[in-house]
Amino acid sequence: MTVFIIRRLLQSIVVVFLMSLLVFVGVNVVGDPVDMLINPEADQAEIERVIRHFGLDKPLHIQYGHFLLNALNGDLGKSFIFGMPALKLILMRMPATLELAFSALILAVLIGIPLGVYAGLKSKAKVSRTIMAGSILGFSLPTFWVGLMMIMVFAVMLGWLPSTGRGETVLVAGIELSFLTLDGLSHLLMPALNLSLFKMSLVIRLARAGTREVVHQDYMKFARAKGLSESRLIFVHLMKNILIPVVTVLGLELGGLIAFSVVTETVFAWPGMGKLIIDSIHLLDRPVVVAYLMIIVLMFVIINLIVDVLYSILDPRVRLQDMKT
Amino acid sequence: MEVLQNEDGRTEKFSKPDPPLQRFLENFFESKVSTGAFAVLLLILILGLFAPLISPTDPYDLAQVDVMDSRLEPGSKSYTGMTYWLGTDGAGRDLLSAILYGLRTSLSVGVLSGLIALAIGGAFGLIAAYFGGKVETLIMRVVDIQLGFPAILVALVLVALLGKGVDKIIVALVVVQWAYYARTVRGSALVERRKEYIEAATCLALSHQRIVFRHLLPNCLPPLIVVGTLQTAHAISLEATLSFLGIGLPITEPSLGLLIANGFEYMLSQRYWISFFPGIALLITIVSINLVGDQLRDVLNPRLQK
Repeated sequence: MTVFIIRRLLQSIVVVFLMSLLVFVGVNVVGDPVDMLINPEADQAEIERVIRHFGLDKPLHIQYGHFLLNALNGDLGKSFIFGMPALKLILMRMPATLELAFSALILAVLIGIPLGVYAGLKSKAKVSRTIMAGSILGFSLPTFWVGLMMIMVFAVMLGWLPSTGRGETVLVAGIELSFLTLDGLSHLLMPALNLSLFKMSLVIRLARAGTREVVHQDYMKFARAKGLSESRLIFVHLMKNILIPVVTVLGLELGGLIAFSVVTETVFAWPGMGKLIIDSIHLLDRPVVVAYLMIIVLMFVIINLIVDVLYSILDPRVRLQDMKT
Repeated sequence: MEVLQNEDGRTEKFSKPDPPLQRFLENFFESKVSTGAFAVLLLILILGLFAPLISPTDPYDLAQVDVMDSRLEPGSKSYTGMTYWLGTDGAGRDLLSAILYGLRTSLSVGVLSGLIALAIGGAFGLIAAYFGGKVETLIMRVVDIQLGFPAILVALVLVALLGKGVDKIIVALVVVQWAYYARTVRGSALVERRKEYIEAATCLALSHQRIVFRHLLPNCLPPLIVVGTLQTAHAISLEATLSFLGIGLPITEPSLGLLIANGFEYMLSQRYWISFFPGIALLITIVSINLVGDQLRDVLNPRLQK
């Protein structure tokens, strides 16, 4: 076990290291580092000062060493636009993104599981077919377009929900949260639903497949023969058994939600870090772009590491197989 | 597969098995939904391919575009008497023409990146499965690590580093997709490699190259075709998303995603059509490819065959 964790940890470090190399090469070789590091409006004296300050006249491998050392100290450069450390800027925007991602996850489960279980129990019914057709649409519809259409219908035509921003927020332990106020909740509803659509389709399919498998198991027949009520049968005996794959997959998909929030945040002008990166790419605020890439890679490597370790605890076969290769 | 067909005289003595291609086609067109989807997809491909010939105007020829005609509702007429069936956009372009041209761009980027990714990923998958050992471990580790990151994130990283442009988007889409192909090909090649015909080919002392490309590859094709169709839909959707975010194709090569993005600002003033119709075109394209891909998966899966 320990050997497995150490191996995975080393592998993760290698990935982060390679990514930093990729970002560094991308910034310094593919692009012009002077462009990347200096405000486009700077004058000649400023440019020379920065070149010397960042050591751009030194050989590449020494420059890379500098970049790594600074990154390890949490210094990923300063934003041109906001005039503050890029790292701090991104961390400030992170709670909004996480709030959106978790809301979407909760919506996907709360709506997806009942629909999926129903479609699994009554697989021939018209409603079930509609649910399944809907889940195919959920997979195929481009998220950003659905978001636009939601804004058009619910914000522009009906005027029920606000189309942009976070609304009123409450400060809890130094973190701003939207879902605790009514105004914030109305701002949160559309983006969260939009982001959850894809995962909801996934949950519906998993829940349906699980239900169809579990329904025919002996313990279900026995429970029914014992005379248990239908609701107890579904909520206790069936639910418990279909939840395992759903929870596993959703854990894996949380990272995907955070990544995909880039799209939803842009559509609904949700002030999270996804919108920040797109804005920064447009405004050529390169230190923020570099910092975002490094942070998001680190985040994913950590998520994947946790998933791998949890998996190996739950299923020892994974660990053994890994040992052999 | 065609070899069976050539031995017509002899196969008739047995219980006359249908030629594989015919059986495949029969199975595929059994379902009405997928037949419809296939027809729609064919239509979309033709529309995209012949967009310059079909579309009423050339939306990027400045001589044919008049700002006076901008933001007209669907069905309204221009002062020259032409009808804009789907309305016009902010610059006065006929939206129907713009969609046809956009479809062309979206399809070509999606298909091209899919083919390149298939070639690269397929080659790596075959190499991994055929040679095994350290080579396989290395390739599959890279694949595993890459698939640990969501596609949109990988694309975002690359586009942020490479910048805008058709070639750069294709590079990004290829990098995103190759790992899926590599994994698929390796999976089926591992199964095929243990079969007797490969053993026979090895005994005949055929070259590695010949065994891999003439014997192993054709037998790995069915799952590759399925993944290829579904991945192409995915690539088109991803390209539209990137273009919508403004980090995809440049304005000179407007795809459906960019058309939708252009309509965003007008939507808040109730001019829905500029975003709505390109989105519908994108939706129909992706859904029809997905339906065809799903049916292909069912038909080509030997376990589901009757």
